[in-house]
Parts: sequence; structure tokens; C-alpha cells
Amino acid sequence: MIDLRHLTIEQAAATLARGEISSVELTQAALERIEATDGELHAFLTVTADVALAQAKEADARRAAGESGALLGIPIAIKDVILTKGVRSTAGSKILGNFIAPYDATVTAKLRAAGAVCLGKLNCDEFAMGSSTENSAYQVTCNPWNRERVPGGSSGGSAAAVAAHQSLGALGTDTGGSIRQPAACCGIVGIKPTYGRVSRYGVVAYASSLDQVGPLAKTVLGCAHMLGAIAGRDPGDSTSVDRPVPDYAALLAGSVRGLRIGIPKEYFVEGMQPEVERAVQAGVRVLEQLGARTTPVSLPHTEYAIAAYYLIATSEASSNLARYDGIRYGLREAAPAGLTAMYQRTRAAGFGAEVKRRIMLGTYALSAGYYDAYYLKAQKVRTLIRRDFERVFETQDVILTPTAPTTAFRIGEKTSDPLQMYLSDIFTISVNLAGLPALSMPCGFDDRGLPIGLQIIGRPFDEENVFRAAYAYEQATEWHLKEVDGR
Amino acid sequence: MALSREEVRHIALLARLELSPQEEATFTEQLAHILEHFEKLAALNTDAVEPTAQVVDTPSDREDVVTNPPAPEELRSNAPARDGDFFMVPKIIE
Repeated sequence: MIDLRHLTIEQAAATLARGEISSVELTQAALERIEATDGELHAFLTVTADVALAQAKEADARRAAGESGALLGIPIAIKDVILTKGVRSTAGSKILGNFIAPYDATVTAKLRAAGAVCLGKLNCDEFAMGSSTENSAYQVTCNPWNRERVPGGSSGGSAAAVAAHQSLGALGTDTGGSIRQPAACCGIVGIKPTYGRVSRYGVVAYASSLDQVGPLAKTVLGCAHMLGAIAGRDPGDSTSVDRPVPDYAALLAGSVRGLRIGIPKEYFVEGMQPEVERAVQAGVRVLEQLGARTTPVSLPHTEYAIAAYYLIATSEASSNLARYDGIRYGLREAAPAGLTAMYQRTRAAGFGAEVKRRIMLGTYALSAGYYDAYYLKAQKVRTLIRRDFERVFETQDVILTPTAPTTAFRIGEKTSDPLQMYLSDIFTISVNLAGLPALSMPCGFDDRGLPIGLQIIGRPFDEENVFRAAYAYEQATEWHLKEVDGR
Repeated sequence: MALSREEVRHIALLARLELSPQEEATFTEQLAHILEHFEKLAALNTDAVEPTAQVVDTPSDREDVVTNPPAPEELRSNAPARDGDFFMVPKIIE
């Protein structure tokens, strides 16, 4: 019997390559683990066991025919905002409760081409709007380290499934931290690639100038393999950029001697959990001992990022979500009189409270009389935030910060105060505004045994240096070896 | 930043959202609280700053041709109401 508890993508790939197990056996073990644990964890919205076993059989046949590859036969799972043909794709919303994806997202198709096996669809905050996965219309996902805590969000199902050994890897999306913050809360690795690095074709849109797709896995190498498989120009997404995709996994082993790491003072603030600060500072010292050169730097407009982000993201969301009109797909609520009433009732019944709140906020920011003061102002502040990073990257190769100011908070703790929930994104959102790549990885545990995340931010399209610093830190420490206990 | 109940109703109409009286009250309070936090942007002088709408260069033009394989049945099968090849909608013209 295969035990997924002690298996990474790269270990599983090696075992498959040696012919010690088949993908069908590995997939069966993952499905059994989901069956045994998801009743409590609630990470999956849809488990596609038959599809997974058929894909596993295909992967085994490809291997028998001489093919090889880091993801060939590896079971993964996909956030429910990403389309998988023929499978229900709800984006965590009631308004898409019966939506069967008519086509594959480009990232879904690319993972399949690489031979990955899709176990099913993962829970998330509705339309990826949230920091705790509590905004899902369907279920609340628990943090595998402590069932009374949130897994982070919005890709909380993705992070929980990987941390709880249900899946070896997962795809998430990140608009303001939705890959990195849950990766931090669940003690795994997750990377938001540079804006334009990965296609969003077939991904349910939240805020189009910020959204990116990226992988979550137990290790840096696992993320490198997955990003290599999904990155690249796609004619289906006009913002995807035509640049060669490096072999990220092959470049990891490089030394960090002489790597210049900036430590921004604005990311070590009053009110943050002391254990988080201590763990991240200890991480800085580890990289120094490996030969990296660290320097205090300043990103002076950091304190304006939350306001700029939530104005831009909600404005774009209010426009993107106008498509849910109850006509061509999705829910429709009958109304006694007229088309407008049908729209209003459909959207009232189909959207949850946070989605309505963000649509309202965005509609307000874009409405006559407020556009200049809110939306345009936020876009100008976005320029200032971007320039802060450009200035630091003139002298630094990467920037190192905490991923979040606290470890995973209690389920229900922030649901009644939306602004408090928004403030939990304080260390991740600037990266999206500037379009940069950033990775979160475990760097310690707090007094309650909850994982702490360290964030490494890179220059645009310089995922290599982000991965290199992360891999060097991971190899020098043992945080990634500490795993969730239990069955 | 004070936000009136009437403004919230107007925004809800623009957004095509039917709100219950309870939702109206909650949103009036919450949005005002959030907007108050956002007021801090006003303190920054941005007169000489260009706005950033998008961080990648303007996408290049492409030919306007259909490249998706046709899948009319898959697309129509998600419709909440249909009649054969047609999407059914409420009557909008008397």
C-alpha cells in the first residue's frame, strides 16, 4: 500500500520511473486517502475518480511506450475556478452550481499533456474572493494542522489537499495572495508566477489585471516542475507573454552565494505575530550563512497597497461579474415582471455576501462622480507601488518578507468584519499590483504548532532566482519535512 | 466617508443586485467603513503620476478569426432555459 504521507511529486516520479509502482496504484491511493479524510477536511468540491483512473491508465500506457516526464502519472487536483471539460466547475458559487465546463482551461490541457492525473476540483472562496475559503457557497475547508483554523484563501482547498496528502500537487489562482497565503497557512510551497507567465484561458475571471494561475506542492522542486508544465504564451490569453520557458527544475541547484536579497522594513510591522517575525528573521540568517548578501530596503508606498488593491480588484470584478445574467449559462431566478427584475433576482440568489459586497464596492468606485477619486487614484497609486519595487530591484535580486502577518486564524474569527479580512492580505497584494513573481514556503511554526510562511519576491519573469533562493533555503532547513499527522 | 442608504440602493440598481432591507443596512455600514480606510489614498499627491491599468505591454493585435473548435451543443447545454437551438429569455418588448 502506497503511503502518500511521505511522498513528494519528485519522489513519486522517481518511483514511477523505476517501475516500482504504477500511476493507477498511486491514483488509487490518493482517491482512498481523499475518501478517508475529506469528510472532515472538505477540500474537494468534486472528486472525479473515474476520470482520474482512466487518465492514470493512459499515463501508464504512455510510460510503457517509452515516454517519461516529471509529471507523467502524478495525481494532482485543480481549484474550482479553473475549467476542466465535462466536469462541474462552480468557482465556489451557487450561480455556477450546475455549470459543466464545455472546454478545458489551457493550464488543465497542459497538465494533461504532461501526463498529470486530475483527481478533482478543489474548494475556494466564491469567485476567488476571500482570504479564508469561508466564502465558498458549498463548504468550509479546515486547516489540516488544526481543524478549528482556516486553511487561508482563496485557494484554501488547494493548499489543504496538498498539506493533508490527498493530492501531490494542486493548481490555484492568485489575485492578491490567494496561492501564497493559503500555502503559508498550510505549511506548503506555492508560487504566483509573473503576470503574463501563465495563460488564464478557461479560468473564471475575478480581476483581470491581477489574476494569475500557479502551482502548490510540498516542495520547491514540485512547484518548479508544475510551473514548467503550465507556463508559456497562449493565443487564448492575449496578456500571456511570448518568452521562452526556462527549465525551472534544472536550474534549482545553483548557489545563492552573492545573491542580493532586500529585506523591506515596511513588512515587519507593529501588530504582527511575534513568532512570524522571529521565524522570518531566522530565515534571513540561514540565507546569509549560505552566502547571500542581505540589505535593508524600503518599499515606502506599502501602506497604501490594501486600499489601491481593493479599489482596483473590486472595480474589475464588478465589470467581470456582469456576465452572470441568467441567460446563456448559470442560475436563473424567475421574476414576475421584466428583464431587469430577472437579472436582479438571479444575481441576488446566485451570489454570496462577499461577492455582492465587492460588486457593490467596485460599482461605486467606477460610478459617475467617484471614478477619479477612487478608481483612477488607485491606478496612480499602483504606479507608485510598482516604482518602489523597480527601484529596489536596481540593486537587489530578490526581496524576502513574511507571507502573512499571522498564522492561520480561527474559522469565523474575521467573517463579520470584512476590512479585517482584507488587511490579512497586507504582505501579498503589492506583488499582484506590480505583476511580480512571488513564492511562499514554510519557515517555522508558531507556539500553537501552526505553520509560518516566508515570501520570496522576484523581478518580472525572474522565477529562476525566486526558485533558487527558495530551494537553497529548503535544502538547508527541515521545515518542509514536518508533516501533518494523522491517518 | 458617509454613505447614504439611498446611494447604496442606487449602486445596487446599477449592479443589478436585489438587496433585502437587511443587506442594504449592512452594506451601508460596511461599505462606509471600508471607504473610510480607503480615504488614506487622498493624502498622496499623485498629480504627476500616470495610472497603471495593466503591467504587461499592450497585447499585440491579432486576426479576428475563430479558432475554437465548434461545440454548440456543449455551450447551449448550460443554458438555464432553452428551446432547441435558442436561449429562452423573458419577454422584453410588449
